[in-house]
Amino acid sequence: MTMTAIPAFGTPPRSRRRLWIEQITGASFALPALALLILTILLPLAVLLYLSLTNYEFGAISADWVGLANFSKALADPIIRRSVINTLIYVAIVVPGGVFGALLIAILVHGRRRTRSLYEVIYFLPVTSTLIAMATVWQFLLHPALGPVNAMLKWLGFGEIAFLSEPSTALATLAVIGIWQLLGFNMILFLAGLSAIPRDLYEASEIDGCSNGIDRFLTITWPLLGPTTMFVIVTTMITAFKIFDTVAVMTRGGPMGRTEVLLYNIYLEGFQYFHTGYAAALSFIFLAFILVFSVAQTFTLDRKVHY
Amino acid sequence: MASVTLPVAARAAAPITPSGAIAKRLLSLVVVHGILLAGAIFMLLPFVWMLITSIKPPAEIFTAQISLWPKQFYGVENYSFALSQAPLLRFALNGVILCAGILVVQLLVAIPCAYALAKLRFPGRNLLFVLVLLGLCIPVQVPAMPLYIALAELGLLNTYFAMMVPFFLSVFAIFLFRQFFRSFPDDIIHAARLDGMSEFEIVWRIVTPSAWPAIAAFSVFSAVAHWNDLYWPLIVISDAKLAPPPLGMMFFADAETGSNYGALTAAATVLTAPLVIAFLIARRRFIDGITMTGVK
Repeated sequence: MTMTAIPAFGTPPRSRRRLWIEQITGASFALPALALLILTILLPLAVLLYLSLTNYEFGAISADWVGLANFSKALADPIIRRSVINTLIYVAIVVPGGVFGALLIAILVHGRRRTRSLYEVIYFLPVTSTLIAMATVWQFLLHPALGPVNAMLKWLGFGEIAFLSEPSTALATLAVIGIWQLLGFNMILFLAGLSAIPRDLYEASEIDGCSNGIDRFLTITWPLLGPTTMFVIVTTMITAFKIFDTVAVMTRGGPMGRTEVLLYNIYLEGFQYFHTGYAAALSFIFLAFILVFSVAQTFTLDRKVHY
Repeated sequence: MASVTLPVAARAAAPITPSGAIAKRLLSLVVVHGILLAGAIFMLLPFVWMLITSIKPPAEIFTAQISLWPKQFYGVENYSFALSQAPLLRFALNGVILCAGILVVQLLVAIPCAYALAKLRFPGRNLLFVLVLLGLCIPVQVPAMPLYIALAELGLLNTYFAMMVPFFLSVFAIFLFRQFFRSFPDDIIHAARLDGMSEFEIVWRIVTPSAWPAIAAFSVFSAVAHWNDLYWPLIVISDAKLAPPPLGMMFFADAETGSNYGALTAAATVLTAPLVIAFLIARRRFIDGITMTGVK
C-alpha cells in the first residue's frame, strides 16, 4: 500500500485516452450484472407479461391470446379475493405486533447494561432459525391434546383450543408465529436507531421538566426514531405480505380456506395445477401490492443507508 | 419505559429522596425484567420444547401429562432414527453448497458493478442504476414462473444450478456496495492508477478490502436468507438428495406424517443447529450485519 504515501494532487487532467479506458472498464465491469439483470429479471418479467395475456398451461404445445381475461377472472375469483383479504388480515396483525412489540422490547433492552446482550441473543434467535423446522415444533406446541400450550390453558381453567384447525383462530395463530419470527430482527433495527439518539438530549429534557418516562418517550424517542419506525413498518409489511412458508407447511390454506394467502395460491395455480397464464396474472397482482410497499421502502432506504 | 433513562433518573433523584428513589427504581426494574422475561419465554419456548421432545421416548410424548424433563433418556434413539430415515446431514451440506455458491457469484458480480456505478463514468450508468433500484422492488416470486419454464426447457430442473441461478444477481448487494464505495477516497484510486495498477487490481486489491464490513454484513444476510428459503427450492427441486434444509424438513415431515414427534424434533434440531450455532459464535457480526443491511 505504498500509494497512500503519495501526496494527493487533486484530479489529474483526464486525457481522451484515460476517459476512453474508463468507459470501457466501467461498461465491462457492469456487463455481468447487466446480463444477469436481463436474464433473471427483465426478460422473465416480459415473458410473464406475455403469459398473463394467454391461456398457456405449462406443457401445452400452443396457447391462445386471451387479452385481459386472466386479470378479470382473477378479480372476480372468490378464492383469490379471499386469499388477498386473508393476506391483508395477516399483515394487519403482524405489522402492529411485530413493529410495536419490537419497539417496546428494544426500548427496554436498550436500558439494560449487563443483561443487554443476553436479551439480544434470545430475541434474535428465531430470526436465524429455519422457519420450516420450527413450524413443525410450533405445530406440536399448539397440538390440542399433546401440546404444552393447551395443557397450560386447561390448567388455567380454559377449554382446549385447536389453534390451527379452528377456522376462527388459524390465521391469527400463523400471525403470532410470524411475529415470533421477525420480532428480533425489528428489535435490532430499533436498537440501532436508539443508539443514534444522543444521551445528552435526555438530560436536557430532564432539565426542561420532562421527568417521567412517557414524557421523554413522546418528546424525544418517538420523534427521533421516526425514520427508523417508517423503515421497519415498510419492511415488515413486505415480509408479512410474502407469507408462504408457514401456510405451506402447517395449514395448506385450511381450515376451510381461512389461511389461503395470495402467494400460496399463486404457487398452487402456477406450480401445482400449471394454470400458467392465470398464475402469471396473479403474479402481477402480487407485484402491484409489493410495489406499493417497495416504493416507500426505496425512499426510506435511500435516507437510511448513509455512512 | 422509564428504564431508557434510568441511569440519569437515578443519579438525579438519588440525593433528594433516597428511599423513595430506591423503591421506584426497584419497581421499575421488576416491571422491565418482568416484560423482558415474559417475552424471552415466548421466544425460547419452541427451542426448549424442540430440544426436550427430541430426547423423550414416545410414551412420554403421547401423554396429556406435560413434563419438562424426560424420565427416560431417548435421545440416541430419536436422533439415530431421524438420521437413518432421511439424509439430514446431506440436507445441511446442500444448504452449505447452496449458500456458498450463491454468495461467491453474488460478490463476483456485484462488486465490480458497484465500483463502476460508484467511481467510473460510462455510457448507460444512470440507466443501469435505475434498473438496480427497480430490481430492489421485485421479489423472486414474480419472475419465478418464466425462470421455471426456462429451466425446465433446458433440462436443468433438479440441479444445484437451478436452485442458485435466480439469486446470482443481488441488486441489493450492488446497491449496498455502491453506497460504501462512493465514500472511498478518489485520491487513492488516482494514485493507484498513476502507479500503473489496472482497474481490475484496484477493485479487488484496494477498494474491496476497504469495504470488508459491508461485505461481511451482506454475506451474513445472504446466507441466512438462502439457508432458510423454501419457495424457490420447493419449485425446482423434487429430488430429496438435493434438498436444502427447509425442503428437506418438509420431505421428512411428509414422510413421517407428523406422528413421530421425537424424530421430527430431532430432525428439526439437526437442521436448525448449523445457523443457530454460527449465530451464537459470531453474534456481533450477525447483529451488525442485520443493522447494516436492514432489508429482508
